[in-house]
Amino acid sequence: MGAPVVFATATLPDAITFALGAAIIIIGALGVVFMRNPVHSALMLVMTLFGVAVLFVEENAQFLAAVQVIVYAGAIVVLFLFVIMLLGVDRQEHVLADSFKGQRLVAFVLGIFVLIEVVLLGNGHWTTGAHSVQGGLRGRSNVVLLGRSIFTSYLLPFEVTSALLVVAVIGAVVLARRPGRADLGDDDVGATHGKDPTDAYGESGDANAAEKVSSS
Amino acid sequence: MSISGEWYLVLSAVLFTIGAVGLLVRRNVLVMFMCVELMLNAANLTFVTFARELNDIGGQVAVFFVLVVAAAEVVVGLGILVAIFRRKVGATADDAHTLKG
Repeated sequence: MGAPVVFATATLPDAITFALGAAIIIIGALGVVFMRNPVHSALMLVMTLFGVAVLFVEENAQFLAAVQVIVYAGAIVVLFLFVIMLLGVDRQEHVLADSFKGQRLVAFVLGIFVLIEVVLLGNGHWTTGAHSVQGGLRGRSNVVLLGRSIFTSYLLPFEVTSALLVVAVIGAVVLARRPGRADLGDDDVGATHGKDPTDAYGESGDANAAEKVSSS
Repeated sequence: MSISGEWYLVLSAVLFTIGAVGLLVRRNVLVMFMCVELMLNAANLTFVTFARELNDIGGQVAVFFVLVVAAAEVVVGLGILVAIFRRKVGATADDAHTLKG
């Protein structure tokens, strides 16, 4: 009885777009969860993100749909794929092997609870219907409205997110930096030499570096 | 007339649930990250739906910020993963239990 209700309240192109987008999203999400190879999971994630972008267009959020495809499908998933292939972890995994007894069962039961909870929350009248100070969606183009809102009322959060991105980039560089030869402060150099890592900070640092260079 | 908002909310609830189950079932840390992305997308879909239903641009602005935070989260998370994997070979969350006392 679901489909006739949709078709009763919506025009046929809208209904078809929604149905296709929803099918793409659900199939892609199930693929992310149940594909054995992480690379396939990443590709299914792209499929889900495209489906969400289609529904964004359907809901008159054209700018967000473009950003969704560019940032999510274009950048984030590529980052995932790079890490998968860089680390060589693209081996098969037995998806539903329990790492402890009953993990799968507990996970599905908790999932059912999450679904029930979300539906219950959705049934309550949590929205007051009050409008923010931003104004409506209609009248001008989506990009104009969004840009005007971000660069006036939400200017401070926008600047804070740019600072957040800078912090994230610096953190990624620091985390991913391979410790150099002379950088004996890193404890895995100390570990390979079987010495106390704190010793590397001391006066024996130069000797340590020379030893490592000569041994390699 | 377009599809009513309830259908979008049901869809995003299902998407959120699939992401949550995936986060609990899978042990590969990368796939767990992807499941987090699924849940974030479910939240985004809800935001956009309410923006349309309430005729308010604020929901779309929230999605914009969620996108930025998701990008930062993935960058830092994958950086930590690379740092962990450099020390030990293992793709599952059980291999990264060294923080457990």
